[in-house]
Amino acid sequence: MVENTVKNTNPIWISRELSRCSGCRKCEIACSLHHENKIWPETSRVRVFMLVPGTEFPHLCTQCEDYPCVEACPFKALAVNKETSAVSVNPEKCTGCGKCIEACPGKVPHIHPKSKKILICDLCGGDPHCAKVCQEGGWSCLKVVDRGDHEFKLYARTPEETTRNLAIKLYGEKAEELL
Amino acid sequence: MLGYAGKFLEVDLSKSTFKNTTLPDEWLKDYMGGRALAAKILSERLIQKWEDVDPLGPENILFFMPGPFTGYFPGGRTCVTGKSPQSDGMVGSTVGGEFGVELRCAGYDGVIVSGKAEKPVYLFIKDSDVELRDASGIWGKDGKQTDTLLNRECRRLLAERYPHVGVWKEPAKLYIGPAGERKVRTSVVVAKWTHAAGYGGYGAVMGSKNLKAVAVKGTGPLPEVADLEKIKQMIDVVCKGSYGNVLWRRWGTGGGGYSFGAETSSEPVRNWQEEWHDQRSYGVDQFESKVWVKPAWSDFGCPTNCLKISCIRAGKYEGAITDNPDYELQAFLGPNLGLFTPEENVYLSSLIEDLGMCGIQAGSVMGFAAELFQRGILTKADLDGLELKWGDVDVFAALAKKIAYREGIGDLLAEGTYRAALKLGKIKGKNLLPYAITSKGISIGAHGIRSGRDFSREIGYACSVQGGDHSSMTDVPIDGWGSEIWQIFNDSAVMCIFTSFSISPNFRYEFYNAVTGLSLSRREWLNGGGMKTLQIQRALLLLGGPDLKWNPKVDDDNPERFYEPLPSGPCKGQAADKASVKQKVQLYYEQAGWDQNGIPTSETLSRLKLEYVNESLSRLRS
Repeated sequence: MVENTVKNTNPIWISRELSRCSGCRKCEIACSLHHENKIWPETSRVRVFMLVPGTEFPHLCTQCEDYPCVEACPFKALAVNKETSAVSVNPEKCTGCGKCIEACPGKVPHIHPKSKKILICDLCGGDPHCAKVCQEGGWSCLKVVDRGDHEFKLYARTPEETTRNLAIKLYGEKAEELL
Repeated sequence: MLGYAGKFLEVDLSKSTFKNTTLPDEWLKDYMGGRALAAKILSERLIQKWEDVDPLGPENILFFMPGPFTGYFPGGRTCVTGKSPQSDGMVGSTVGGEFGVELRCAGYDGVIVSGKAEKPVYLFIKDSDVELRDASGIWGKDGKQTDTLLNRECRRLLAERYPHVGVWKEPAKLYIGPAGERKVRTSVVVAKWTHAAGYGGYGAVMGSKNLKAVAVKGTGPLPEVADLEKIKQMIDVVCKGSYGNVLWRRWGTGGGGYSFGAETSSEPVRNWQEEWHDQRSYGVDQFESKVWVKPAWSDFGCPTNCLKISCIRAGKYEGAITDNPDYELQAFLGPNLGLFTPEENVYLSSLIEDLGMCGIQAGSVMGFAAELFQRGILTKADLDGLELKWGDVDVFAALAKKIAYREGIGDLLAEGTYRAALKLGKIKGKNLLPYAITSKGISIGAHGIRSGRDFSREIGYACSVQGGDHSSMTDVPIDGWGSEIWQIFNDSAVMCIFTSFSISPNFRYEFYNAVTGLSLSRREWLNGGGMKTLQIQRALLLLGGPDLKWNPKVDDDNPERFYEPLPSGPCKGQAADKASVKQKVQLYYEQAGWDQNGIPTSETLSRLKLEYVNESLSRLRS
């Protein structure tokens, strides 16, 4: 496992400027290497959806102000990490029931294909590897910023909704028939 | 073996059956994956009756082969191959995208397809759950429609069959358009609208098997490697090297449409009658400011994003969407047809891709036809009323559709430039091969040899086992930088060379060793797997059939046009030198271990332990 060398003192947010995504999925590679020590895209806590070519974008937890996923967990397996503001998963308690997915306005969490536990971004303890590789490559789709007080829940959108937005922005009317 | 999933999926379309096959470790060690491993399997299974195998018949075998680098080396690719309906040999054709990564995550090192389905089907793989599904709903659809419909259906199936795991991402897909369905020899296997396994004509092979598409979703990790820490460091080296190449990342090959004309003077202009143009309307700045709507587009793990997305949002060509286009399509669907604006090029590229055709091969055959029209050999009546004038994009669009659907004159041109020249030549009572800029039935990529300013070399196309394929050219010395042996490595480890300009020649062998835990050197590849693959592909090419047979004395040569002096530009008057080419061809034969007739000798094949190849080649020697 890669150890984080930097710990942010203030809560952070992974800013996402979706139109800047190239679809390279280096964020998925970095995430799965960090958490699983393997290149394993389906276990990545950030997933790049590419439902229409050209509309690739990273889909990851935005840490809603009211944390509906945490509220919805019948087993109290989810908690908010006070230091980072990330949702933390207690694998002992998680049954993989999927109630948190239902509760998430963006349907972001997904089940680990092997452990069958829920996967939610943990912000790598304050030093997210996905944003780091995105910055290194100059795409700057993902960028770490101080969290501050904003309506981050807006960014919890379903992959279908975001795809439609990006497709129409890129291709205009033609996009309707591509969805 | 480390770096491999451990099994191949075999599909018999005639019987609708599947089985998992394991190959001997020795084969994997010698031939890696992709092009080389497919050459080994294909030759072992079919070389004894090669001349009788119709590439478009059920007996042909179609391969979808990633390699041990796929998913690890930045920029994922997959090799598609089989007996080629263009060369009658075997062409290892690679395509970008996520297919190989998904396939390896599903637990397979490749898919090997034989037979022919009774009705149109597509293959759906979800890890070890494999299924042939009715494709009647997508048969006949164009590229973009096919992508959309497959995505909808496969994601619906995933959600129904594997519920409660969250929202499913898309599977990766390879598919054909209407041209492949009609066995057009210039058709391709497509990924993500714009990527194609182009050379070889494997879209037609899929069509001949009634196989519309393969979709795959794998939920496992990539196969385990020997030294993950080293791999991580090496990935970093490749990426950092790429990040330093600022303008390459910004323009990709999209700068080529102008620069290979104006600077290098090696771009096909009006069917290679010229190789120079200085049309500022075709500059990369024009593409960038007029049509690129997405400035950086990458495949899996790619640091370079040499691809862009173009979209025409208003005017006559509204709705056309493609990539940059890349240089090959800029050239063949641009200056090669007398077109010099980004809008026309994007429109025509988008159309050709939707039809499922190769921009190079289809652009070549249309340029060939247009030159015959220019010379009065083909008339308006021959062309079903089309006035095939240089620079008329609408008439070329109409012709492209005729080719894809095999209508009227399109049926003949759908055979590709070389075969069309033979057939039309018979009809017209003229030798039309001088207008066919091809090698071994494959139209030559957009890198002419006359100026000497491009990376293409005198015998690059003449001696390649993949004919006109500009991504598999060769040269003397056979262990030198221009040798095809290195391309065979790239297509067999299956890696993208556009992410790796900055790496040293030995880097890729170190990478291979970190993946597999073996210790392969450049020299060992040259004398081992690389050389074996070259010999196998050469043997299959010379055996040929059933419709064409190559005669090395005649066919290991450049098209006649390359011996005509360039009529314009900074290299005006330059041409290839016949005597020099002939001498280099003989030298190449010697270095490759071939006899004076270009046939691999028994000694060469015995040294490489390819006795079974030698046995079949004896049919040529007698």
